[in-house]
Amino acid sequence: MQEFSSEFSAAIALILGGDSELWAIVLLSLKVSVFAVLVSALIGMPVGAALAVARFPGRRMLIVLMNALMGFPPVVVGLLVYLMLSRSGPLGVLELLYTPTAMIIAQVVLVTPIVTALTRQVVEMLAEEYSEQLRSLGVSRLASVPVLLWDARLALVTALLAGFGRAIAEVGAVIIVGGNINHVTRVMTTTIALETSKGNLSLALALGAILIGIAVAVNAMVSAVSLRAEQEGLSHA
Amino acid sequence: MRDVICDMSNCLTVENVQILSNGKVLLDVPSLILDGPGPTLLLGPNGAGKSLLLRCLHGLISPDRGRVVQDGNHLGAAQKARQAMVFQRPVLLRRSVAANLGFVLKRQGMGRRARKARIAELLAEGGLDGKARQSARSLSGGEAQRLAILRALALEPETLFLDEPTSALDPGATQMIERMVLRASARGVRIVMVTHDIGQARRLASDVVMMQGGHVVEHGPAKQVLDTPESEASRRYLAGGLVT
Repeated sequence: MQEFSSEFSAAIALILGGDSELWAIVLLSLKVSVFAVLVSALIGMPVGAALAVARFPGRRMLIVLMNALMGFPPVVVGLLVYLMLSRSGPLGVLELLYTPTAMIIAQVVLVTPIVTALTRQVVEMLAEEYSEQLRSLGVSRLASVPVLLWDARLALVTALLAGFGRAIAEVGAVIIVGGNINHVTRVMTTTIALETSKGNLSLALALGAILIGIAVAVNAMVSAVSLRAEQEGLSHA
Repeated sequence: MRDVICDMSNCLTVENVQILSNGKVLLDVPSLILDGPGPTLLLGPNGAGKSLLLRCLHGLISPDRGRVVQDGNHLGAAQKARQAMVFQRPVLLRRSVAANLGFVLKRQGMGRRARKARIAELLAEGGLDGKARQSARSLSGGEAQRLAILRALALEPETLFLDEPTSALDPGATQMIERMVLRASARGVRIVMVTHDIGQARRLASDVVMMQGGHVVEHGPAKQVLDTPESEASRRYLAGGLVT
């Protein structure tokens, strides 16, 4: 018990003392996850909106696939990205394995289905409401996509935050493609796993506390934005 | 039934239109010519096919048989661009009042400065001055419907369709909407409006299309149809009797 309290005190000292190693890990984690979410938004939002408004054979199948991909095991995603980026893989020449870029790619693969599926859900609901009015105003299905995305912006922020929550807490995929290399690809989750196994609980606890803080902050933002979206009459709930 | 020959200008014609669903005929209008100068009101009980006919005239629903002709041309994109429609429940974009108007003006290629001036004009016309920056979703029912009408008028349509725009409004709000409709009509916009309200038909209509069971049972000058209806269905509806 005494050992735990001393580790806990040391963890607090690391956070408050502005430990450069700790904050470098936090910063890299945030950079990787924020970038991954931005890329996912660029892919997932237009695709999700197009799935919501377009009508084509196989659309239902694609929606089911996209929903299924939301539950794709991160370790398997890590393995697939590893195979793609490894020296003998199709993208091996890019030499991205064990770099932050590889971790971003893995997180993009994990987060894009979430952003796409939630965007599809939100935009489809809004499209149902807007459909006749937009057609009456002469807006084509394709031209309605940016209109719907903009008007669903509040609900879509929650989709992005949900994606960020998944990305920042991810460990399995990033440890495979990032390699957990000190000062290069070491992020909060992988450091916690490593330092715990080494018995360096203070750093693990400090990062755990920060990770929980981020998770709570993200959830608080999701709640606040969802509330605002509900007041605006749009929520994906 | 009126027997008017359409001179092909400012004229909306329905030719042998049928809309079917699972083999059931929802709308069956062999012939209808809307060419009068003032507002046309479609009157009839629920399920008469009024809203269906309105959507068909605006091209939101394609008929299974027959066609709609505007000014001698089949209803295509060019014809639809000269029409606008206001729905029973106003569908406003989740933006400010001004942005709702700006959206259609921008689509028409209007520049920023001209848009600003036109938005101010429109808001004054609809009694919504001072609400430009307010969220459109926070407007009252009457204000929201006025904004929907202003947005439709911003398109400068030749024909404006209104689907029971005052069905959920109090008398004061209804009066404001009716004034806007009459002003638009006086400016030369063809008004085609659905209503259940016989009093509203008397106040607004130049001609009345009486509908029942997906059919036009009577069409003629408002006074004639409302005061001396020819069909039994019209007489019963106007007398407040049950019409199915």
